[in-house]
Amino acid sequence: MDYQITEFLVERDRERCTVCRQCERQCANGVHHYDSKLNRMVADETKCVDCMRCTIFCPTHAIRIVKNPQTFRENAGWRAENIQDIYRQAESGGALLSSMGCPKPYPIYWDKILIGASQVTNPSIDPLREPMETKTFLGNKHCPIERDKDGRIVPNSHPLLELSLPILFSGMSYGSISYNAHKALAMAAERLGTFYGTGEGGLHKDFYPYGPHTIVQVASGRFGVEPAYLNAGAAIEIKMGQGAKPGIGGHLPGSKMVGDIARTRMVPEGSDAISPAPHHDIYSIEDLRQLVSILKEATGYTKPVIVKVAAVHNISAIASGIARSGADIITIDGFRGGTGAAPKRIRDNVGIPVELALAAVDRRLRSEGIRDRVSLVVSGSIRSSADVVKAIALGADAVSIATSALIALGCHLCRTCQSGRCNWGIATQRPDLVARLDPEAGAQHLVNLITGWKSEVVEMMGGMGINSIEALRGNRAMLRGIGLTQPELEILGISHAGA
Amino acid sequence: MQQINVQGMQAEALNQMIRTSKERKFLLCGVNGQRYIGCGLKGYSITIEGTAGNATGALNDGSEIVVHGNVQDQAGDTMNGGSIIVTGSAGDALGYAMRGGEILVGGSVGYRCGIHMKAYQERQPLIVIGGSAGSFLGEYQAGGTIVVLGMHVSGSLVGPCCARGMYGGTIFLAGDKPEDLPDKVLHRDATSEDMEHISRLIEPYCHRFRLDKESLLAHHFSVLEPNSSNPYRQLYTYA
Amino acid sequence: MTGEEGFLEGREHIPSGCAICGLIDRTGRRFSGDAAIRSISVMHDRSNGLGGGFAGYGIYPEYKDFYAFHLFFYSTDAKKQTEAYLDEYYDVINLSKIPVTRTKAITDEPLIWRYFVAPSPTKLAESQLDEQEFVVRSAIHINSTIKGAYLFSSGKNMGVFKAVGYPEDVGRFYRLDEYEGYCWTAHGRYPTNTPGWWGGSHPFALLDTTVVHNGEISSYDANRRAIEMFGYRCTLSTDTEVITYMLDYLHRRKGLSFRETAQILAAPFWFEIEHMHDREKQLATYLRTTYSSFLVTGPFSILIGFTGGLMALNDRLKLRSLVSGSKGSMTYFASEEAAIRAVEPEVENLFAPRGGEPVVVHVEGM
Repeated sequence: MDYQITEFLVERDRERCTVCRQCERQCANGVHHYDSKLNRMVADETKCVDCMRCTIFCPTHAIRIVKNPQTFRENAGWRAENIQDIYRQAESGGALLSSMGCPKPYPIYWDKILIGASQVTNPSIDPLREPMETKTFLGNKHCPIERDKDGRIVPNSHPLLELSLPILFSGMSYGSISYNAHKALAMAAERLGTFYGTGEGGLHKDFYPYGPHTIVQVASGRFGVEPAYLNAGAAIEIKMGQGAKPGIGGHLPGSKMVGDIARTRMVPEGSDAISPAPHHDIYSIEDLRQLVSILKEATGYTKPVIVKVAAVHNISAIASGIARSGADIITIDGFRGGTGAAPKRIRDNVGIPVELALAAVDRRLRSEGIRDRVSLVVSGSIRSSADVVKAIALGADAVSIATSALIALGCHLCRTCQSGRCNWGIATQRPDLVARLDPEAGAQHLVNLITGWKSEVVEMMGGMGINSIEALRGNRAMLRGIGLTQPELEILGISHAGA
Repeated sequence: MQQINVQGMQAEALNQMIRTSKERKFLLCGVNGQRYIGCGLKGYSITIEGTAGNATGALNDGSEIVVHGNVQDQAGDTMNGGSIIVTGSAGDALGYAMRGGEILVGGSVGYRCGIHMKAYQERQPLIVIGGSAGSFLGEYQAGGTIVVLGMHVSGSLVGPCCARGMYGGTIFLAGDKPEDLPDKVLHRDATSEDMEHISRLIEPYCHRFRLDKESLLAHHFSVLEPNSSNPYRQLYTYA
Repeated sequence: MTGEEGFLEGREHIPSGCAICGLIDRTGRRFSGDAAIRSISVMHDRSNGLGGGFAGYGIYPEYKDFYAFHLFFYSTDAKKQTEAYLDEYYDVINLSKIPVTRTKAITDEPLIWRYFVAPSPTKLAESQLDEQEFVVRSAIHINSTIKGAYLFSSGKNMGVFKAVGYPEDVGRFYRLDEYEGYCWTAHGRYPTNTPGWWGGSHPFALLDTTVVHNGEISSYDANRRAIEMFGYRCTLSTDTEVITYMLDYLHRRKGLSFRETAQILAAPFWFEIEHMHDREKQLATYLRTTYSSFLVTGPFSILIGFTGGLMALNDRLKLRSLVSGSKGSMTYFASEEAAIRAVEPEVENLFAPRGGEPVVVHVEGM
């Protein structure tokens, strides 16, 4: 017996509906169909995920998707979601699967931090006309001064990643997102002078030309990893974990393992692709050093190595260990970070906000005197240029975005990537759906988004009298908390507004 | 003409003396850093011997101020009319936001000369620089004219970031296109019409400094003007 | 661990504007501090009476091999504790009150003492530090742990003199006309709050490096958090203190020249670096990326005094004024030309150093 009630209702304005059947063609979930007896469109609302594809494509604006007003008897403890989840599990015996980032109302610290500005004692800078620098280098900056026999400094820098601005596109695998989505990200990264990540699904041969703007990932499944792949990218990312599902591996079902995806991952068609929860060659921190070294050896010490971890409770000790492992860059992914599929309970209950993790890690690395040995990149729901500025002032070298990038490509955050029926052509491999996303148009949207953010970032910097991004990095005096408790302020290392 | 030896005199006292005197012509000797001389005055003629202090001739409303020597920073700030003539060199931010009158400098000028200079109806400000200009010449320039003659200059005529954010007015340089010109500013070689214009502009300057105009005009001149087809509009979108 | 970075987080940062000047004789000829007083006094309007100070080099030839510690004490207990510390770790060669002339313009003076010292050879050996690092750690120790004591000058054959008041009054208070040095720097302060504390005046000093500074930097907390990683403690929350420590770290500890250091603090813009030639470009990129957290933004002009020389540096946009000139063997720097003409009316070679372009003057043979 199925006790589920539909989450959404499809409201169709009969006056407006011309029965053009566009909604039917657009919906891969099979919500809409034409009833020839009634000569009108009808809906199976149990299949609706509120992705808004039909709403936006309806030429007469006849469709609205609304939340089902049906309520359970009011109960502060047993809310509708709790009850529905129990019905679902009682019926299926399964673990609940969902996707994208944690949607729960935990504190969002970005929204409780305010940015400073100059008045009188120090001039603000007009970013439209004065030189404003956002160029960022990521990697190990710790190098002893060496001089040649003539006393000239020997530039003995470690390999560094050069970004025109401190924003990267996070790794998302080919498989979790479509070929066209990948292509859009690669093209945009190249045009913007930044980097995108392959995720753990390997690098499609077509995208090798974007290698100088690609960060290739090595995850526990090691899909598609071979020396050519490692050498194709500008940097190598070891994925230890991700914010949406810390401590959890991944599973791409055999049904999705077809064609290019199988080839790119170097997995037989139809076979499952399991990413184990841990790397089975890393059971302790000293093993991480070994993997870092192997990757550096394989690439001749020419590329920085990134270690990506989920923000968890003892993140500062973990980061300190990583910084001493030979890694050049640490990416910390907060618990609101997205994913193509994650157990719902993990997504919603494990990990910590990236703001707190960043503040704690930056402080810890400074107190140990090793902050210059690694760059810090943070991710996990960076939603706007203001979040970028706050992250950098808290101590990040750069941020990495994925959800924001997908939204720019058309994602409407319906959080059902796991179904593989993404109507926007992003989280799907169905050729007809993938074709809906034009990579050129998508790349242009990404370039536009980041260009707009950059204008806003330099405008905020100019207001603070800062004309170079490195002078903003870790400049916590530019931040104030609003409505935060003393422990929160102490962890963030900022004063309260007014102080 | 009233002659005052201002050695050791405080700026406030000096300026009050000028404002309250019936005299309109002054010769100030021994000036060394006194600020605000001629500030906001109309119809005066003030000759300064020595190093004029900051904000000399600020808000000048139609007086003639002649400095025999150098002038420090922010001279001619928001000047409305009249003239400032400097035989030596000028410091930073000369003629900031000036809306009228002229500033003639025999030597060179510092950073941000003519920053946000503007024009309004018949008020068309002019700055003529005999030597070179520092960085950010004509930054945010909104109107008026700046001429850089580059006499006795061995290095470059202007520093980096020339005409950043310029959106009005004209800059004439007795030399080539600055390397780092922003894309919102157009460069062209001076036409014969431009040369006639420059000739009229530097006439009083040549007269004042006893220079041979024709030999100055023999130089190749560059003209910088804002590109009105490339506005800032596209930077914004509605929230 | 080099320290608990967290405890100073978010402490109020004190901005201030100012006047600065510097005078140096390149032949090493010594001249009276009176010239510095006359020069800085011309720029009276740039200060607000809340701080003034001087640094003189070559002023203690008779004690040139010893560190001259100048200290403020706000209690006799602070003095006792400090002297006990000095007795334990140093050989004290001479100690005295610093002579002053009381005037109405300078009030609330603390006890002002001077000690000529040398690190105790046994303690120095035990510490396994070089002598200068030993002295730096002592300075940090005294200033961060002995309440009411402030060591504000710690170099050899040089000294800092500072107080709350207008700089010309401060100079007369300390009777600087009675000292002779080959180089002097001076500072008049215009802080935007009223800490009323003598230690907050300029110059700031560590060993023989002194800094006088005009402007307010916007990179303060980024710089502070970067330098505190290397054992420094910014106890005063002022721009100048953090600049002094960065100079000490880059110049003394990393062995970078003052010019190289300047290229880090006021790094060229990237567009300028792109136009450089290979070798120069490589070096500029190297210094800028390696020491990116030491980039100082916002307006500043600074004069850095050191044994045998003086460096002037503007922020890279040149948001504060600075003029240089020379006459004979003398070189002058000041926020305003008038301050130079006040001591040398016939000054020659006047120019305003460009943004980010260091001007370094060395005494011949030093």
